[in-house]
Amino acid sequence: MTVKPLTLAEKVWNDHLVVKGEAGAPDLLYIDLHLVHEVTSPQAFDGLRLAGRPVRRPDLTIATEDHNTPTIDIDKPIADVTSRTQIEALRHNAKEFGIRIHSLGDIDQGIVHVVGPQLGLTMPGITVVCGDSHTSTHGAFGALAMGIGTSEVEHVLATQTLPLKPFKTMAINVEGTLRPGVTSKDIILAVIAMIGTGGGQGYVLEYRGSAIRALSMEARMTICNMSIEAGARAGMVAPDQITFDYLKGKAHAPEGKDWDEAVEYWKSLVTDDEAVFDKEVFLDANTLEPFVTWGTNPGQGVSLNDVVPKPEDYLDANDQAAASRALEYMDLVPGTKMKDIKIDTVFLGSCTNSRIEDLRAAAAIIKGHKKAEGLRMMVVPGSARVRLQAEQEGLDVIFKDFGAEWRFAGCSMCLGMNPDQLAPGERAASTSNRNFEGRQGKGARTHLVSPLVAAATAIRGTLSSPSDLVGN
Amino acid sequence: MDKFTTFTGVAVPLRRSNVDTDQIIPAVYLKRITKTGFEDALFASWRQDPEFVLNQEAYKNGQVLVAGSDFGTGSSREHAVWALRDYGFKVVLSPKFADIFRGNSGKQGLVTGVISEDDTERLWSAIEANPGVEITVDLGARKAHLGDITVSFDIDDYTRWRLMEGLDDIGLTLKNEEDITEFEKKRPAWMPKTLPAKGNK
Repeated sequence: MTVKPLTLAEKVWNDHLVVKGEAGAPDLLYIDLHLVHEVTSPQAFDGLRLAGRPVRRPDLTIATEDHNTPTIDIDKPIADVTSRTQIEALRHNAKEFGIRIHSLGDIDQGIVHVVGPQLGLTMPGITVVCGDSHTSTHGAFGALAMGIGTSEVEHVLATQTLPLKPFKTMAINVEGTLRPGVTSKDIILAVIAMIGTGGGQGYVLEYRGSAIRALSMEARMTICNMSIEAGARAGMVAPDQITFDYLKGKAHAPEGKDWDEAVEYWKSLVTDDEAVFDKEVFLDANTLEPFVTWGTNPGQGVSLNDVVPKPEDYLDANDQAAASRALEYMDLVPGTKMKDIKIDTVFLGSCTNSRIEDLRAAAAIIKGHKKAEGLRMMVVPGSARVRLQAEQEGLDVIFKDFGAEWRFAGCSMCLGMNPDQLAPGERAASTSNRNFEGRQGKGARTHLVSPLVAAATAIRGTLSSPSDLVGN
Repeated sequence: MDKFTTFTGVAVPLRRSNVDTDQIIPAVYLKRITKTGFEDALFASWRQDPEFVLNQEAYKNGQVLVAGSDFGTGSSREHAVWALRDYGFKVVLSPKFADIFRGNSGKQGLVTGVISEDDTERLWSAIEANPGVEITVDLGARKAHLGDITVSFDIDDYTRWRLMEGLDDIGLTLKNEEDITEFEKKRPAWMPKTLPAKGNK
């Protein structure tokens, strides 16, 4: 008997099949872990109440407050009444339905996609959902992790399953060795620029190749996090020893005999040699340079050594129109060197780049420097624990001596639902994931960058890479 | 959910691609905890521009949006669908939709039909030549009619069936309750559990 060779994504899918869809109906998949936050859940809990339905598996569900939470004065009542109401609604719903919650001020509070992995709840081969598109982050463990809408949040709360349509598979092969100063953020920004914001639509991406294998878990999370910016259903990296070492000893990781059993299963979670992807793309890690965005969607990016493109550089008429509009919104002139672009604010944070390695990398660059005159830098750790860890390592002192603001954990300026926003016309270098019009504040302009570029930019005041600091 | 068969309403040409969910509804409007009343939030930032299409008299009561490619990219916020629905839109036609947005639409009775780039351009031109013109969307036949023009649109069989029957997803899934319970019995013991809560040392 021959067994059909499968990709990683297909293996995880098959292992969660509750009911195989027939005659065009979607498959019903079991959901192992449901992460909840305050913004996309209140209407879902309301739906349950109206229908008189309980939460089927509170023990597979966990909530944290992140999108709305302030990053200063967290011991005081939240000033914004609507934000406070939404957070109070989450607390009330968690209590009523018996769900574990990590509220502002709790040691395990933080961005939902930082908290799950840090507690050891995110594991290889599981299915993870959350009412947040950046749920794709958890794919770094070899989990199938998807962002869902509020109706689906209600569906998972009620049934612990989700009807899902079949997907296609795409291999993103990244071979070679990254040069110093080049990170996983640059890989994913380059991938999105290559395949476009709709290029991953309908696909689960699998990041493969020697450059991916060499990355730490946190660097892999950065890549998987932005899979959604390419329009993908999910992004995954096959689990390996780096994954197992990261998980071992985490609060909710399996122990003893369970651990051995789990690792044995996890080791089977690789794409079979003979398996065929529906599509494959290739990126050379050896020649990759720091990559940044110039426009208003994450696919509008170039190498930092490059210049602002002309609309005519794009072949497609729609892309040309989008480029013209983006240039106008960003107030940029084609041909301008990216490195000549002056930055007002540097934001180091978000579910993309707010983990301890990100903070360490940025701190190592700014140490001993002063920030550029007139520039503002905000550092927002991804979770209360990341903040604590950074303080134990003295990173907070480095940031504060540099002149940066050292904040409490949350989504913060990534989407500006709390008071952390840019002013109209203000230009930011941001380690976050979206440079949409108005995303970080009405009329605000965003350049997406890696933590290393963010740090170098904060020193020089213009978009810069660490290599520009030599001799500074 | 109301049943959807055919619908006729004012067509609106949105000549933009990559209309992301932050444009459909800015994050500041996501703080509300209700599921209705989002009409004021739709395209809130763009609507401050008097030239914006929905500010033009002919399109104020628009109900069928014809948009450029990659509509609904970005965040998973279902609020984007609620805002379109609350404003009065019943249908969005575009050459390409973001997956999560499209899934959310199907749950809320908003029809998302995929049309070709050429047909998008044809519809835009026809609407702009006759602002305020109505378009008829026939979900059963997967066709839209505007004057002499007929375009075909794609929508998967299952979503189309659910929309036409007005069916609730959770109710459908709970018919498989026994299968879910059986599946749960086979799950390995080491799978993650959030309760009882444990903390890192």
